[in-house]
Amino acid sequence: MNRILKYILLDILKNKFVIAYTIMLAVIGWSSFTLEDNSAKGILTLLNLILLTVPLVSILFAAIYIYNSAEFIELLISHPIKRKDIWLSLFGGLAGSMVLAFVLGAGIPLLIYSDFSQSILMLAIGIIITVIFVALAMLCTIIYKDKAKGIGLTIILWIYFALLFDGILLFLMFQFSDYPIEKPMVALTALSPIDLSRILMLLQLDSAALLGYTGAIFNEFFGNTKGMIISFMLLLGWIVLPLIISLKKFNRKDL
Amino acid sequence: MKYVFFLVLLLLSGITGHSTKLHVGPDKKYKKIKQAITDAKKGDTIIVFKGLYKERNILIDKSVTLIGINLPIIDGDRKFEVLSVKASNVTISGFKIQHSGYATLDDPGGIKVYESENVKIINNDLYDNFFGIYIQFSKKCVIKNNRIISFGKEEQTIGNGIHCWKSDSLQIIGNSISGCRDGIYFEFVNNSTIWKNKAYNNIRYGLHFMNSNDDAYYSNKFSKNGAGVAVMFSKKITMRNNHFADNWGDAAFGILFKEISDCILTGNTFDRNTAAVFMDGSNRTLVENNQFTNNGWGLKIQANCMDNIIQKNNFIKNTFDVSTNGTLLLNQFKNNYWDKYTGYDLNKDKIGDVPYRPLSLYAVIVESNPTSMLLYRSFIVSLLDQSEKKIPSLTPENFIDESPLMKALKL
Repeated sequence: MNRILKYILLDILKNKFVIAYTIMLAVIGWSSFTLEDNSAKGILTLLNLILLTVPLVSILFAAIYIYNSAEFIELLISHPIKRKDIWLSLFGGLAGSMVLAFVLGAGIPLLIYSDFSQSILMLAIGIIITVIFVALAMLCTIIYKDKAKGIGLTIILWIYFALLFDGILLFLMFQFSDYPIEKPMVALTALSPIDLSRILMLLQLDSAALLGYTGAIFNEFFGNTKGMIISFMLLLGWIVLPLIISLKKFNRKDL
Repeated sequence: MKYVFFLVLLLLSGITGHSTKLHVGPDKKYKKIKQAITDAKKGDTIIVFKGLYKERNILIDKSVTLIGINLPIIDGDRKFEVLSVKASNVTISGFKIQHSGYATLDDPGGIKVYESENVKIINNDLYDNFFGIYIQFSKKCVIKNNRIISFGKEEQTIGNGIHCWKSDSLQIIGNSISGCRDGIYFEFVNNSTIWKNKAYNNIRYGLHFMNSNDDAYYSNKFSKNGAGVAVMFSKKITMRNNHFADNWGDAAFGILFKEISDCILTGNTFDRNTAAVFMDGSNRTLVENNQFTNNGWGLKIQANCMDNIIQKNNFIKNTFDVSTNGTLLLNQFKNNYWDKYTGYDLNKDKIGDVPYRPLSLYAVIVESNPTSMLLYRSFIVSLLDQSEKKIPSLTPENFIDESPLMKALKL
C-alpha cells in the first residue's frame, strides 16, 4: 500500500496544476496579509478563499484525477493487491498532496502574519475542508462511471455547499421567523462543513460580536472545548462517511 | 474720637473677614481634619499635610478651602461617606480619598456635595470608592483634573464615577474615570459642560445622560466601556470632537440616542465599536463631520427617527455603514463619503454623479431577522448584496445619498 501511496503522491505533486494551485494560494495568502492594514482583515480574506476556492479545487481536481487514472486503477486491480489498499492509497495520495499544497501556499503567510491560535485553527479548518472535498470527489466518481456526469455531480455538490445550503437556511429563517429558531438554526448550520468552519473561525475573530444573540448560542454550543471536539467530530464525519461508502462501492464494483 | 476710629477699624476688619490658615498633620497643631474644620471660620484655608486620616465621615459645613500637600490620604474604612460637603464656596484639592462605604440606600461617595453652590473639586485621586464624586441639588460646581479609579465587578455593586443629580451649571473638566458603573452620570442636570475627560473600562456607560437638557460635551475620550455612551430622554445636547473607541461586544455601541431631540453630533471619531451610533426615537439631530471607521455598524437608525440630517461624514471600513429596521426613512443623507461607493464623477465637482444607497440588503435582512447573522461572510450574502446594488428592489427606495463625495473629508 505504501508503495502505491508514494507513487500516487509523487505523481500528483509533479502535476502542473497542483503547482499552480500552490502558487495561487501563496500569492493570495501573502497579498491578503500585506495589502490589508491589519491581520484580522487578512485572515477574513483568506477565510473566503478557504471556504470557496479550496473546496472547488479539491473536489474538481480529485474527481478529474481519478477519472484520468481509471486505466491505472484497472491495471493495479489485475495485480494481487487488495482493492481497499488501492482505493485508500488513492485517497491518501490525493488528500495528502492537496493538503500539502494548501499548507505550503496559505499556511506560511498565515503563521507569519496572524495570531498563532487563530492561524492554527484556520490551518486545521483548511486541511479538513480539503480532505472532506477529496472524499466527496471519491464518492462522486464511484457513483458515475461517466466522466461528464461525475464531474457534473461534483460541481453540483460544491454549489450546494457553498451557496444553495445557505440559501435554504435563509429561506427557512424567514419562513419560521415567528418561532424561536435560533437553536435549530445553529444545529442546521453545523450540518454543512463550510458553514460550520466559517462560524468556528468567525467566533475566534473580533467580528464574533456582530453575530449577536445567535452567535452567543453558537458559542455556547461550539465555543468551548467540548463543542470544539463535537464540531471537529462532525467535520471528520464528512470525511469518513463518503470515504466508507465509496470504498464499499469500489469493493463491489465491476470495472 | 479715637475710640470711634478704633471701632470703625474693628468693624471693617470684621466685614472683610480675616482668612487664616489652619495646618493639619501628624506634627502640626491639628492632628485631625475634623478639629480644624470645627475651629475654622468662613473663608479659612485648611492645609493638610501628608498622612493617613481615618476620621469616619468628615462633614464640611463651612465655606472653607481644603488643600492637601503631598497627597494626604483620607480613608473611609469601607463604612463611611468620606467627605460630605454641605456648604457653598468649598474647595477641595490635592487629596487621595479612598475606601468609601457601600450602601444602596444612601449611596455614599468619596466626595458628596449636598445642595451647595460653587464647590470646586480639583486634582484629587478617588480610589476604590462606591461613588466617586456625587453632586446633588447643586449649582456652578467645578470638578477638574480628578482621577477616579474603582474596581467594580458588576453593575449592582459599584456606583458611578461622577454622579450628578438635579444640578445646574456644572463644569466637569479633565477627569479620568475607570472601573465604575457609569463614568459620568447626569440626571436632571442642565446647562453643564463636560470637557476633556477620559472614561474607560467602566462597567456600563462611559457617559450617561438622563433627562438632562442644554448640556455639551467636548473632546472627551470614551473607550472600552461596557456599552459606550448613552444619551437618553434629553434635549439640546451638543457633542463635539469626542472620541469613541473599542466599545466592542454584544449590544455595545459607541453612542446610543434614545428619545432625544435637537442635538448636535459633530466632529466625533468612532473607531472599532460594534455599532458606532444607535439612534432610537431621536429627532432633529445634526450628524456632521464625524469619522466612522472599523465599526460593525456605522449608523443604526431606527424607523422611529425623524428629521435628522446626516451630512459630510466619512464612512470607512465598516461592516455595515448603515442599517434600519423599517421601510420608512424620514431622515436626510447628503454629502457623505462612503468607501463602498463605486460611482463616477464626470464634471469633477468632487460629488459622485450616481446616488449611493448605503443600505445593503443583508443589513436589512439581519435587522428583520437577526438569526440570519449566522450567514455573515458567506458566499450567498455577498451575491445577494451585489445583485441588490445593481437592481435595488427590497431596500427602502428613499434611503439614498443623492450627492456622495468622491474623496474622504479631511477631519
